[in-house]
Amino acid sequence: MTDDISAFLYLISSVCFVLALRGLSSPDSARQGNIFGISGMIIAIGTTLALPEVLSYEVIIAGLVIGGAIGTVIARKIEMTALPQLVAAFHSLVGLAACFVAAAAFYRPEAYGIGQFLNINTASLIEMTLGLAIGAITFTGSIIAFGKLQGIISGAPLTFKGQHFFNAILGISIFGLIILIVLDQNEAIFWSILALSFLIGILIIIPIGGADMPVVISMLNSYSGWAACGIGFTLGNSLLIITGALVGSSGAILSYIMCKGMNRSFFSVILGGFGVESDLTNAHQGSDKAIKSGSAEDAAFIMENASSVIIVPGYGMAVAQAQHALREMGDILKEKGVNVRYAIHPVAGRMPGHMNVLLAEANVPYEQVLELDEINRDFSQTDVAFVIGANDVTNPAAKTDTSSPIYGMPILDVENAQTVLFIKRSMASGYAGVDNELFFRDNTMMLFSDAKKMCDEIVQALN
Amino acid sequence: MQPEGVDPFIFGITVLVLACFVGYYVVWRVTPALHSPLMSVTNAISSVIIVGALIAAGPAEGNLAQAMGFCAIVLASINIFGGFIVTQRMLSMFKKKR
Repeated sequence: MTDDISAFLYLISSVCFVLALRGLSSPDSARQGNIFGISGMIIAIGTTLALPEVLSYEVIIAGLVIGGAIGTVIARKIEMTALPQLVAAFHSLVGLAACFVAAAAFYRPEAYGIGQFLNINTASLIEMTLGLAIGAITFTGSIIAFGKLQGIISGAPLTFKGQHFFNAILGISIFGLIILIVLDQNEAIFWSILALSFLIGILIIIPIGGADMPVVISMLNSYSGWAACGIGFTLGNSLLIITGALVGSSGAILSYIMCKGMNRSFFSVILGGFGVESDLTNAHQGSDKAIKSGSAEDAAFIMENASSVIIVPGYGMAVAQAQHALREMGDILKEKGVNVRYAIHPVAGRMPGHMNVLLAEANVPYEQVLELDEINRDFSQTDVAFVIGANDVTNPAAKTDTSSPIYGMPILDVENAQTVLFIKRSMASGYAGVDNELFFRDNTMMLFSDAKKMCDEIVQALN
Repeated sequence: MQPEGVDPFIFGITVLVLACFVGYYVVWRVTPALHSPLMSVTNAISSVIIVGALIAAGPAEGNLAQAMGFCAIVLASINIFGGFIVTQRMLSMFKKKR
């Protein structure tokens, strides 16, 4: 196959990837979009296999079969609640694969037509080492994110003195080494770049707390794209550059949306340390204020006599695996003529769109699931707001209390509903370490229980 | 493949900048409800890096670079299969009202 034909096929593959993302503009076209994505990948791999320099098919097919089998099994077995950690784990693989490709190009540049061993073109060498560094950061950063999401590593931010200074020194050293390797190509510098990048990947993610994970995952998603881009430049392959740029900009936009959902700047998230369990004076302040708590029967009674209910799910729903019980509750209410809808805050859960997937898994029709700006105005004409596993995203302090760490964050105005039902396991404060004044309002009824257990009990009481 | 006289790097940058614009406009149109599938599908397609791995593993003679290429193929294919299948699983759950 000539270079021209393969370049053309790579172009078709790139177009397929653009269409795959385009399909996601609506759930109706999304499945077709995924087919485009798969087709694009098949074209890309097929074209590469047909290149004259690719000959050792046994090795390649063995690799594809092993990887494919592992990937298929994982993807079929995984619980939807474990999705964030799965995505983090997958990101780490792209990062590591980029490192391997960069290393292969370093040791055998002839295969890519970029020079000889230890005598690689300067431009290619810079691109390769950048790809290597970004890939390595993606790898270790994603592993840490995975550990935090899976609960292997504490979700609390780990900070130490001089952390940012140390990271800055590391970052500068990596750039210094890239300049060095251009001046004097040798293996030791190549591996040092890899080692330092591994280290900085760990250190960047370790200080970031659990609830900032939507930003972290999006950011790592973006990095995995830029790593592919760097390798694309090394190989002079437009397909890799285009795909890398698509993925990179997608991750960057998601990070931006998540930051905006928390009213935080990207840098304050990256610098980390937010949500440190500060001394709990703030959280205990309210303990003498009166709260109203109720039982499942009370909640069932209030909701079946309501004409409209808005359900506000959060990460707690995912932890308790309450989505199915919740949907059952919603179905019974609908049968009783109640207008049931769901309101999703952009940063609810641990990854962008996390709640939407869980509700879809529980067979909630997606028309009933609405975004913050679509539904926020309706709370004032709603009888019951049912908060399950969310906390900070409903805290009115974000609008009124300038001293609150969450001040300025857009929130769901659940306090405007006639009655707020708030499921919570205990009076502990939310992730941001702030008390939610909603608990002490006259129109709030606290339902102290596990989210799933409470939904089951409400279902029983409704029947 | 590149126009004559233009440095491949400039050609690459041209492609990169245009692709970023395409990415920007396409991704903003993605409905927020599908942000999770967006992440898993972008994760799957970023494994197109497998192209580099295939070239590394390609030569008939075995060497270090080929071994690295093999590792990269395994990792990338976990991602390709895993990413597309999990995306498909997610998307098949988004249903309209019965």
